[in-house]
Amino acid sequence: MDLGPHLLLALLEGTVSAFVLAVTALGLSLVFGVMRIVNVAHGEFFMLGAVLAWWITSLVPEAPFWGFMLALIGAPLAVGAIAVVADALVLRRLNYQPEATIVATIGLLYILQQAVLTIYGPDARPVVAPIQFRVVFPWFGYSGYKLVAVGAASLLLLAAWYGVTRTKFGLIMRATQFDRETAQAFGIPVKRVYAAVFALGAMLAAAAGVLVVPLQQAHYLMGLDPLLLSFIVVIIGGLDSLKGTILAAFVIGISDGIISVFFSPTLAKIIATLVVALVLVFRPNGLFGGKAR
Amino acid sequence: MNPKTPLIGGKKSLITRRSALKTLGAASALALSPGYVRYAQAQTAEPLKLGFQLHSTGIGAGYGRWYDRTTHAAVKLINDAGGIAGRQVEIITEDDGTDPKRGAEVVEKFASQHKVDFVFGTLFSHVVIGSAPRAGELKMPYFVVSEGYHVASGALNRYVFQPGITDVRSQVSSMAPWIAGNLGKKVTMIFPDYAFGHDHRDFFTAAIEKQGGSIAALLAIPPTETSYTKYFAQIPADTEVIYHVMVGPGVLTFVKEMGEHFGSKRPQIFGFIDSLEAVDLASPGLEFLDGTYFWEAFPRYAGAEQSPYDKFYREKVGVDANGASTGDPKDIATYSHMFGCWETLYTIKQAVEASGYKSAADKGALIEAVEAITSFAEGNEHPQGNKTFDGKRHQCYGHQFISKVEGAKLNVVHKTSIEDGLYENDTDYTKQPL
Repeated sequence: MDLGPHLLLALLEGTVSAFVLAVTALGLSLVFGVMRIVNVAHGEFFMLGAVLAWWITSLVPEAPFWGFMLALIGAPLAVGAIAVVADALVLRRLNYQPEATIVATIGLLYILQQAVLTIYGPDARPVVAPIQFRVVFPWFGYSGYKLVAVGAASLLLLAAWYGVTRTKFGLIMRATQFDRETAQAFGIPVKRVYAAVFALGAMLAAAAGVLVVPLQQAHYLMGLDPLLLSFIVVIIGGLDSLKGTILAAFVIGISDGIISVFFSPTLAKIIATLVVALVLVFRPNGLFGGKAR
Repeated sequence: MNPKTPLIGGKKSLITRRSALKTLGAASALALSPGYVRYAQAQTAEPLKLGFQLHSTGIGAGYGRWYDRTTHAAVKLINDAGGIAGRQVEIITEDDGTDPKRGAEVVEKFASQHKVDFVFGTLFSHVVIGSAPRAGELKMPYFVVSEGYHVASGALNRYVFQPGITDVRSQVSSMAPWIAGNLGKKVTMIFPDYAFGHDHRDFFTAAIEKQGGSIAALLAIPPTETSYTKYFAQIPADTEVIYHVMVGPGVLTFVKEMGEHFGSKRPQIFGFIDSLEAVDLASPGLEFLDGTYFWEAFPRYAGAEQSPYDKFYREKVGVDANGASTGDPKDIATYSHMFGCWETLYTIKQAVEASGYKSAADKGALIEAVEAITSFAEGNEHPQGNKTFDGKRHQCYGHQFISKVEGAKLNVVHKTSIEDGLYENDTDYTKQPL
């Protein structure tokens, strides 16, 4: 393949993974930024989104488009509900201490993963894409649904950005993030904000899972990769900077696409990990992270 | 917000050191206690215990489900017919999670806790390679159903056998002449980047070059990969044949994305059915496969040339004429692999009865009895077909099939002879001490 089409394919692949990654990592970054919790179970919310999407679409096999739309709404809501329960049963009881919650979310990771293994089983199950068409370039064909997923992910990102910067809930969230004690003193129900933020983070991961599942397949182990990549993105971007997270997701996603296509996917992972190490050494708060307070 | 008592170390802590130690002690005592009950009867009336190392979970789960069904179908038949040397067969299953480290632990558990007579059933080559050395150290006869070349290569040990399924080196050697003669000579290979895929890479490269062909590119894909489009860009434009073999939960995505990439302007495509084991050929997105070819060890679709033995085996395992479960037409079998469990169990039966095996003390005699086997006749016990067995290499050799996809079904177009898959090597496990 010539350089031009090769680069086009690399950019397309990179853009798809960047958008999905941005949605997933945004959830992780929100939870850390506001609650100071490193949510190791974040990838499992992604997986739950995909598995629930399989379940919901399998209820309406005759109308894959509407089944998928139902999944796109229903799966994140269900995952959000699970997150609220996890918050009330686990995180709140640990008083949101950073160390204890890391251990607790590792436990949550295994509970969710093994529960899915027990109930849903070990198989990878396909979900039919809501819209199926093939974009034909002169040199190669490309999955049309991948471009649709990019569009849907960018809408989600826009909505999240609007929610955080332009709504009252966003303001309350940012106030809690800035200084939780002062926020409480001003009458902000911090516990409820925490529950809502944890649910919102989980819902973003679940929505990314739903968008991805027609491209991959729903499988109980699929949460590990997005978790790792989200951490890479969030560390590079700065743990409490939403802007940094989005930018880092694009840098990592697109460079991953280009390096994977021209060299090898393993090299792309090696470079990403190396960048994380360098960022941790030279800018411990990430490229866009504020000073630790 | 009021800081509450921390979890550990605070006044209200519910866990004292003493109670923690007690719990740990009780838990480990429970874990160490033997998981079996001694039989009161005479020793020979005890069942023959077979440890079944199964990929119930992890990336091999699709295969595991069918290995399990095939094994239980064969054991039921054997027990109904009076068992092995008059003893009923008891299957003890342990899941290894398709994980090499866990595999070695499972072998250990079979030997020390379940005290089984033999272990069998391991499929994925990295798990075999991780587990087999432990089986050798424990002097535990270990019958794998894996396809990998690791047994015949001499890399393992005297206790490891593969009597139920032909190895990859033999399979690909027998495919190369047909591919070079019918599809093309410039081949791009796509294979998983671990032992099993490396066997394909090394031996198919050698085999196609022997036919005057050449390799245009080698694309190794990490076994945990979930997206494949990026690899297809590396396929050189002058490729005449794409040779693909893929495993794991991503196989359907792999084949679908290959279709999206090429559409109708595709080169010839030859795949190992591993790329679509347990996957319905009628899945949306696979239409482009029409007119491509697959290797099969045992034809998934019962064609006109179905043997009475295949019919018998299919019925007993519960597989319909389309290679799906009789209970669920969406549940597709791993038909080209699972017969290996069936045939391995009958090989164990043959060797136990020939050696007069009674207990662990007779393991040496059993090993020698398996090594003395030279062939298997086609029949209900070996429904895939007749085979030869090389006692020095601990490996069997059988017929292979090439099928063409036509109307979302596989139709056999070529059957190889056993001689097509023979090769030279100097492995001789019989020289190793017992």
